Amino acid sequence: MARPTRAVAKSAPQAAEAPERVAVRKTYKIYIGGGFPRSESGRSYVVRAADGTPLANAVRGSRKDVRDAVRAARAAFPSWDARTAMNRGQVLYRVAELLEGRRDQFEAEVGQAEGLSAGEARAQVDRAIDRWVWYAGWADKISQVLGTVNPVAASYFDFTIPEATGVVGVVAPEGSSLLGLVSRLAPVLVGGNTAVVVASESRPLPAVTLSEVLATSDVPGGVVNLITGLRKELVPPLAAHMDVNAIDAWGVPAEMVAAVEEAAIENVKRVARAPRGGGERIDWLDDRAAQRPEWIAAFLEMKTVWHPIGV
Amino acid sequence: MYDRSVSTTVDRIARELAESEAHELVRAWDGRAAGLGGFLGRIGNVDQVGVEERAAGLAKRSIKRESKLWALDLAIRMIDLTTLEGKDTRGKIHALCQKAKRPDPGDPTIPSVAAVCVYPALVADAKAALAGSGVKVASVATGFPSGQTFLEIKLAETSRAIEAGADEVDMVIDRGAFLSGDYAAVFDEIVAVKASCGQTHLKVILETGELGTYDNVRRASILAMAAGADFIKTSTGKVTPAATLPVTLVMLEAIRDFERRTGRAVGMKPAGGIRTSKEAIAYLVVLYETLGPRWMTPDRFRFGASSLLNDVLMQIRKERDGRYSGVDYFTLD
Amino acid sequence: MTTSRDHTVTKRPASDAVGRGTASPSSWGFGDGQAIPWEYAPAPESREIVKLQSRYGLFVGGKEIAPRSGQWFTTLDPATEEPLAEVARAGVEDVENAVAVARRAFRRSWGELPGRERAKYLFRIARILQERSREFAVLETLDTGKPIKESRDVDIPLVAAHFWYYAGWADKLDYAFPGRTAQPLGVAAQVIPWNFPLLMLAWKIAPALAAGNTVVLKPASSTPLSALLFADVCRQADLPPGVVNIVTGPGEIGLALVKHPDVDKVAFTGSTAVGKQIGRAIAGSGKALTLELGGKAANIVFDDAPLDQAIEGIVNGIFFNQGEVCCAGSRLLVQESIAEPLVEKLKDRLATLRVGDPLDKNTDVGAINNAAQLAKIEELIEAGVAEGAELYQPACDLPERGYWVRPTLFTNVAQSHRIAQEEIFGPVLSVLTFRTPDEAVEKANNTPYGLSAGVWTEKGSRILKMVKELRAGVVWANTFNRFDPTSPFGGYKESGFGREGGLHGLLAYVRLEDR
Repeated sequence: MARPTRAVAKSAPQAAEAPERVAVRKTYKIYIGGGFPRSESGRSYVVRAADGTPLANAVRGSRKDVRDAVRAARAAFPSWDARTAMNRGQVLYRVAELLEGRRDQFEAEVGQAEGLSAGEARAQVDRAIDRWVWYAGWADKISQVLGTVNPVAASYFDFTIPEATGVVGVVAPEGSSLLGLVSRLAPVLVGGNTAVVVASESRPLPAVTLSEVLATSDVPGGVVNLITGLRKELVPPLAAHMDVNAIDAWGVPAEMVAAVEEAAIENVKRVARAPRGGGERIDWLDDRAAQRPEWIAAFLEMKTVWHPIGV
Repeated sequence: MYDRSVSTTVDRIARELAESEAHELVRAWDGRAAGLGGFLGRIGNVDQVGVEERAAGLAKRSIKRESKLWALDLAIRMIDLTTLEGKDTRGKIHALCQKAKRPDPGDPTIPSVAAVCVYPALVADAKAALAGSGVKVASVATGFPSGQTFLEIKLAETSRAIEAGADEVDMVIDRGAFLSGDYAAVFDEIVAVKASCGQTHLKVILETGELGTYDNVRRASILAMAAGADFIKTSTGKVTPAATLPVTLVMLEAIRDFERRTGRAVGMKPAGGIRTSKEAIAYLVVLYETLGPRWMTPDRFRFGASSLLNDVLMQIRKERDGRYSGVDYFTLD
Repeated sequence: MTTSRDHTVTKRPASDAVGRGTASPSSWGFGDGQAIPWEYAPAPESREIVKLQSRYGLFVGGKEIAPRSGQWFTTLDPATEEPLAEVARAGVEDVENAVAVARRAFRRSWGELPGRERAKYLFRIARILQERSREFAVLETLDTGKPIKESRDVDIPLVAAHFWYYAGWADKLDYAFPGRTAQPLGVAAQVIPWNFPLLMLAWKIAPALAAGNTVVLKPASSTPLSALLFADVCRQADLPPGVVNIVTGPGEIGLALVKHPDVDKVAFTGSTAVGKQIGRAIAGSGKALTLELGGKAANIVFDDAPLDQAIEGIVNGIFFNQGEVCCAGSRLLVQESIAEPLVEKLKDRLATLRVGDPLDKNTDVGAINNAAQLAKIEELIEAGVAEGAELYQPACDLPERGYWVRPTLFTNVAQSHRIAQEEIFGPVLSVLTFRTPDEAVEKANNTPYGLSAGVWTEKGSRILKMVKELRAGVVWANTFNRFDPTSPFGGYKESGFGREGGLHGLLAYVRLEDR
C-alpha cells in the first residue's frame, strides 16, 4: 500500500546506495472513551486517495461501536458540561495549539485524500485551525449573546439561559475531510455537549489523526468519539439511538435524509439540517458561510427561570 | 381603700395565668413538646459557596516547622484508631490495640493514640488488650452504621457495650427521621441514649454525607448538642462523602455558637477519608482558627482514622531525619 | 503626626516575627490565648523569580526608550520603603511621540489586521501571562504592598482571563451588536490607578486591542513595574510595534495624554476628583470617555443572613487589598436585630487577620500603597474618633518601616459622619444599623457614589427587590468582591460611567455603523 514518502532520487549510481528505510505505518483505529479500540466487528475497508491509490485499511465500524460510543459520550457529558465556560474554551484552544504543531501531517493527509495541491492543502489546514480557535473563543460568550433577561409584565425576575443538550451525533461532511469536520464538530463541543462522530466514508484518515490530537490534548475521554466505516451501516443506528439528544445531519447523503429524520423523531432528537442544496455545497473556506454562532445554538436548550421580586 | 397585698396577689395570679396561657399557645404553635420547632427555627443557615471558599482559604495556611512537629504529635494523640468490619476478630483487635499503644515500635517518643474504635462485640477484647494503658475503648452502637433498627435494641446495645468496658460510645442519629422532618424523634433518641450512657462519654454521628446540605449539618449539630452530646462526629466512614473540611468548618462554627449561647463546650470528630498528614494539619488549622487553643486537645477533638497514623509517623520521621520514607518502615496491623 | 497606634486597645509586646497578629478572638476564651506551640511560619515567596532592572525606560514603538524629558523617578516597595527601580518620568514630548507612534500603528498595521489575526496575538499574550504568572505576582506584590496570596490567586489569574476573554471577541465583532458593524475608534489614552496595576491594565488594553484600537497607557506613578514587565510580554508575543505603548510619569502626564488632540478615546480609573478634572480637560473635544471612579459601598446584612459566611463577605469586602478598592464594602449596614452578635463575631474575626510582610503567604493584610494614602487614612481615622464613633482595632504589631494600618472597625457610626460619607480607601469599616429594607436602601443610596453594594439574606425575592432598588452598578448578593472578565463592572452617579468586562465592555472601544 503506497504511503506518502519522500521522492527517492533515482539519478545516483546504484552501487554504493543504502537501502531505503522501511517506514512504520500507522494503523487507523476508531476513537472511543479516550482510547483507540479496534472495532468489535473486526472488519476493515480500504481507503483510497483521490487518485485511487490505496492509502490504508480503515476500521469498518459497526452498530455496536456506535452503541459503545454513545455510552462513552453519555458518561463524559456531566463533567464536560459542568466545567466553567472559560475552562472549556481553554481546553478547546489547546486543541488548536496541537493542531498547529501537527500541521504537516494534516496537510499531507488532506492533500492526498482530496487531491489538493500543497498550497490548497495548506489553506484548508490553516482555516481548520483558525476555525477551531474561532469556536473556542465562543465558549464564554455564547450565553451573553443568546441569553436574555425578559421584562415580564409582573413583579418577577425572569431570565433565559442556554444549556447543553447532551450527546450529539455528528455525521461528518463526506468531501471536506478536515475543514468540514472541524466546522461541524467544534460548535457542538463549545456549548458543553459531547459528540459521537461518523467520519467521512471515503476520506476518514484526517479525522482519525484529529482524534489522536484530541486524545493528547486536555479534552477528557468520551467527550469526542469518532467511528470510521460505511455510512449505510453507521448512520441509521446513530439516528435511531434513544440516548442521543441531537443529530448534526449536514453530512447525511440526500437519499438517507428522510429515513434519518424519521428515526430521529422517535425520541424527539433535535436535527440540524444541511442548508438547501446539501451540506456538500458549502464553501468551507468562506468564514461568513461556514462559521456561525447559530450552529452553537442549534445544540443548546433554552431554560427560562422566574423568581418573585419583593421583600 | 383596699388592701394592697391582696391586690398584689391578685395581680400576680393574673399575670401567672396569662403567662401560662401564652406558653400553651406557643407550644401548640410549635406543634410538639420541648418546643423543638421554634428551637430549630433560630438556627440559621449556611451558604455553601461561602463556606467552601472559607475552608479552601484556611487550607492555604502554612505553619512553622516546630509547630508542625507538635501538630503531628497532637494528631496522633487525637486519633481514634478504627476497625469496623464484619471480619474483625479477636486477633485483629489485639494487633490494632498494640499499634494503638505503641504506634512505632522503634521510637518510644511517639505517643499512644486517644482511643480504639470497634464494634460492640469486640469491646471486651479491646479492653483486655489495652489494659494498663491510657488508650480508651470507644464502641459504636445504636445499630451502627445505618441506625435502622428499634429503639429498645439501640439502648440495649449501648448498655451492653458499656458493661463490656467501653469508655466512649459513638452513636448514629436516625437520618430517616431527620430527613422526613421528625426532629423531635431524633432529639428524643439522643437524649435516651445519653441517659443510657450515664457518665460514659457520648459521640453523636450525624452522617453528614446523607444529610445533603450544610444547612442540615448545622441543624443536626445544634440538635445533637442540645440533646446532650459530648462530641459531634461527621460520619460512620461507610458512606461517601465522609469528613470534608467545609463540613467540619460548619460543625465547628455550630459548636462555637452553641458554647457562646449555652456555656457548654462540645467536642468534634471528623471521621473517614482523612489519610494524609497534610489533610490532618489542614483540619487542625480549621480547628484553631475557629475555636482557638482550648480545642487543640484530644478531649475536644479526635480524628476517626486508620491509615492516617502511618502517614503521620512517616512525616515525623521525615521532619526529624530529613529523608522521605517508605511504607516498609511502618507496621501494618 | 499622631498615628492610629495611639488608639489601639492594648499595646502588645514586640514579637520576633514582624507584623504577626498576636491578639486572639474573645470567643477563644482567653485574652492572650493559651500557650500552645502553634505558630504560622513566615512562608515567604521568593523574590528570585523577578529580575528587576535598575532602570526602566518608556515602552514606545515596541522598544524601551529613554525619555526625551531626561528625567527619572524612583518606585518604592511600600512594605519596606526600599527603592525597587528607577523609572522614566515622561514629559510632554514623550507623550506626543507615543501618540504619534500609536497612530501610525493603527493606520498601518493593527487597524488593517483582520480580527482573526488580532485574536491570535491576544491569545498569545494570555498564554504568556499564564506561563509567567508567578513572576508577575511577586512583582505586583513588591510594587503595591498587596499580599502575595491575593496577587497570586486573584489579580494575575484575572489578568490572563481578561486577555483570554477579549481575544475571543476580536474575530466576532459582527456578532456582538445585532445588525451593526463595530469599527475601532483609533488611539486610546488610558490612565490607570495603583491599587490593581496589572489588572487595571488588562481591563483597559484587552478590549481596546480586541476592537482594533492601539493604546497609550500611563500606569500610576507609585506602581509602574508590572506594566513595564507587560511590555516584555508584548515583545515575546511579537505584537506589532506601537500597538501598545507604556508611558510612565506623574499625574500631569496623564492629563497631557488625555488632552492630546490625536487621541480618539479616553479611559480613566481613579479618584472621582481626578476623573472630574479629566472630564473638564476634554470637554467639547468629541473624544469618547469612560470613567471608573470612587465608591462608598454599603454591605447590607439582614437578620436571616448566613452569619459566618456574611462575616467572611464583610471581611473580604473591606480588608481585601487593604480596603484600597473602589468597590470596597466600606459601610456595613446591619439589621439592628442582629447587630450585636454580628459585630461580636466581626471583632473576633478581625483578631485572626495577619498583617505583615506582603511576600509571606500567610499574610492577609499587606502594606498601604504609598505615604500619601497612609496619611489620608490616618486623618480619616482620627476624624472618626473625633466624630464620636467607637473605634476597634485588634492588637497586632506593625513593622517599623513601611506604610501600615491595622484593620479598623468603627461602630455607632451615623450617616452624617465623615467616615460614612468620604471614601477612605483603606482597611477601615464603618458600621451603621437599619430596621427595615426601605431604610437600608435609603441609607445605601444616600451618597453621591454608586459603584457597588452587597446584600446578605436567605430570601431570594428580597435579594431581587434590593437589587432593583439599589443605585449601584454592581450588586453582590451573598458574596462580595467577585470579578470575572465576562461580567460588566462600573458605576452609577459619581462612581463613573461606562462598563468594563463582558459584552458591554466592548462598547467603549467601538463605533457602531450600519451593515
